[in-house]
Amino acid sequence: MKTLLKTALLSAAAITVSATLAFAADFPDRPIGVAVSYGAGGATDFQARIVTMVAGNEDILGQPIYILNKPGAGGRKGWNWFATEAEADGYTMSAYNIPHFIAQSIKGGVKYSAASFEPIANWGADPAVVVVGKDSKFNTMQDLIEYAKANPGKTTTSGAGLFVGHHIAALQIEKACACKLAYIPTKGGGAAAMKAVIAGEVLAGVNNLSDAFRAREAGNVKILGVADLERNEFMKDVPTLKEAGLEVDNSSVNFRGLMVKKGTPQAVIDKLAAQVPLMFAHARVAKRMKAGGSPMKIMSRDEVKAMWAAREATLKDLLAGL
Amino acid sequence: MEFLGYFGGVFEPIALMLLFAGTVGGLILGATPGLSPTMAVALLIPFTFHLSPTQGLILLGAAYTSTVAGGAVSAILLKIPGAPANIATALDGNEMAKRGEGARALHLSFLASGVGGVIGVLLLIFLTPVLAQWALKFGPSHLFWIAILGVTVIGSLDSKSFVKGLLSGCIGLWLSTIGTDDIMGADRFIFVDALSGGITIIPALIGLFAIPQVLDMFAKGRVSAVIDTVDVPRYKFLDSFKELIRSFRALSIGTVIGSIIGLIPGVGGQIAGLVAYDQARNFSPQKDKFGTGHSEGVIAAESANNAMVGPSLVPLLTLSIPGSPTAAVLLGGLLIHGIFPGSDIFDKHPEVVWTFINSMLLGQILMVIFGIYTAAWAARIAKAPIPILAAGVLVLALFGSYSVGQSMGDVQIMLVLGIGMYILEKFGFSAAPLVLGLILGPIAGDYFNNGSMIAAAQDGPWVYFFTGPLNIVLIVMVVASIAYSFWTNMLRASFAKSPLEGASK
Repeated sequence: MKTLLKTALLSAAAITVSATLAFAADFPDRPIGVAVSYGAGGATDFQARIVTMVAGNEDILGQPIYILNKPGAGGRKGWNWFATEAEADGYTMSAYNIPHFIAQSIKGGVKYSAASFEPIANWGADPAVVVVGKDSKFNTMQDLIEYAKANPGKTTTSGAGLFVGHHIAALQIEKACACKLAYIPTKGGGAAAMKAVIAGEVLAGVNNLSDAFRAREAGNVKILGVADLERNEFMKDVPTLKEAGLEVDNSSVNFRGLMVKKGTPQAVIDKLAAQVPLMFAHARVAKRMKAGGSPMKIMSRDEVKAMWAAREATLKDLLAGL
Repeated sequence: MEFLGYFGGVFEPIALMLLFAGTVGGLILGATPGLSPTMAVALLIPFTFHLSPTQGLILLGAAYTSTVAGGAVSAILLKIPGAPANIATALDGNEMAKRGEGARALHLSFLASGVGGVIGVLLLIFLTPVLAQWALKFGPSHLFWIAILGVTVIGSLDSKSFVKGLLSGCIGLWLSTIGTDDIMGADRFIFVDALSGGITIIPALIGLFAIPQVLDMFAKGRVSAVIDTVDVPRYKFLDSFKELIRSFRALSIGTVIGSIIGLIPGVGGQIAGLVAYDQARNFSPQKDKFGTGHSEGVIAAESANNAMVGPSLVPLLTLSIPGSPTAAVLLGGLLIHGIFPGSDIFDKHPEVVWTFINSMLLGQILMVIFGIYTAAWAARIAKAPIPILAAGVLVLALFGSYSVGQSMGDVQIMLVLGIGMYILEKFGFSAAPLVLGLILGPIAGDYFNNGSMIAAAQDGPWVYFFTGPLNIVLIVMVVASIAYSFWTNMLRASFAKSPLEGASK
């Protein structure tokens, strides 16, 4: 009798274990959704569609990935939805934007923080750059800073919104030069902020490196500095803000990648963390991303974890006074 | 005339096939409630991965053109404007359809779309360098005044009563403040999660226009067991064509206004149709017929919203600045093929750009042909028994508002607004001014905030908002528009009082 019970228990345990294993081994057995917290056609949506296009290949995930757009309130609506309503089973992932969601969670009023999510892998990094119109009197970062010091609060500087990379970069510049800019968050995102610079509505702007690169190719703007640790391969001639004498690191770089909800089975996370970087590194993805002028930076789950923690510390410090 | 040399590219077998597919697919997508042109184009972008840049852009260009026109189908037949651009079309178009003149309304709508669209694309072809610089002149202060100019239309739009028009406009303006304000970062009137992103415009449109109608239909169905069907006569294409020519005034007002508004980045086609509709009425000798199923209303609205398509691409192609959400999606479609828009795009990639523009030109014409062809049987929808039609519209309304963001929150917003609007309509309020308030509120508010932040760093708000030739021109137009509505309203009031009016009844 005892043996029978033991056998039953053992086999039950074995079934449970094998079921979990089987679940991980079978994962994914249906298409996976990726929630994007911005509208269709935005940079995040556009890139997410490209980097997930080979998911259906047998050597990647074997199941296609589809995009769910959940735009609203600067991304808050989508991430709130993901943190509270999405299933923690790996079949719904979300695209993250750093520093946006961490900065928002520090400012409060949202239902998520970095602890609500588990990173899978990073695909892109778009540093912020400082741009001025093509006919601007400013030719270097020093020119701009001198003007800002002489005219506190008069240097109108456009950017895509509050608590996004552009805003963080502007805050860091203000801190580093001990001067006051006039940061103008523009309705309509990075494109509208760039238009304000080109049309001369503002004296300067912080914008995405990829968009600024195109605007410069079109002969519309000058790029004064890039808010990153090293110069960018798209524009070797533009100095980093650090080279220009400003203590600004890469905290404002807009990192994009995929994450799942906390509580997703470890086996599923492991499988995704192993396969997703392969998907990002696929030759067809790289070709499309390069054509679109979207800088890639593939980072593993562990690297992203470290990056999130570092960002959270810097941003808490930077936003404390606001 | 350089563009003529690149017409060959459009007539290659694959390109031509894509043009057909894009046009027909676009008409269907456009006619589906909840699928705006922006979404339709975004959904098609992955398909262009496998095509050459030229082929991909032909598909996108054709789809953009025909989704804008396709939105008129559901606006006219079901009173569900597929996108903000089609609101004004629904006002008179649906009244026509209810009388069984759906086919005539559709004919006129497609013909007007075609004329407006072709002229818009011709502007894009010939005046791009001139217009590009002009488009840049509109800064936050000017966009603020343009939005205010739109607000001045509210009192007179589709309302028997001036005061009720203003009141429902104010409700719309208030609704538009709900949500997180992106510029100041403040939360406003968010009591439930569904509202955290504000009121999404497409579910709101569907709710405000379709739901009161559905409720009315169900109410009617209960009263009369006998099902009254509308007779749907066939309309000859030639008659519609003649009517279009007779309505030259409405057509030209629509085309001019659509082209100008389309050019200004940041205002977009959302209000082109409504402003054109209002102006066409102001200049019409038969003002009172508007809103009761007058063909000029459909013509003005549809020529405006398609005329906007071409000019809206001017800032995109030459300055790499997308002027509307759809243009932003098209920018993605260009980038993915390694084409960076800029002032030299016509020199660097003439074959791609000109083929793209030519395909839009040809797409407009194909769109008219297919649209007219399908109009006759699409209009038979009015023949459907009312309870079945009501159920069908309700299903489409639910499907459409859910599909915008795969969110039940949007469906709830749609239903609450719809039921609220049903009650308001019983008291003589109408949906169009409310929607205009809902659309213009954020535009005016955000550009005011934006402008005052810039003004604070310059010479202060008075100088920023009230000086400069463009500001003054716009302010004069605002004042004139307000004065005009007051004047016509007083005139109407004194007519009503005069014994002459009483005698003529």
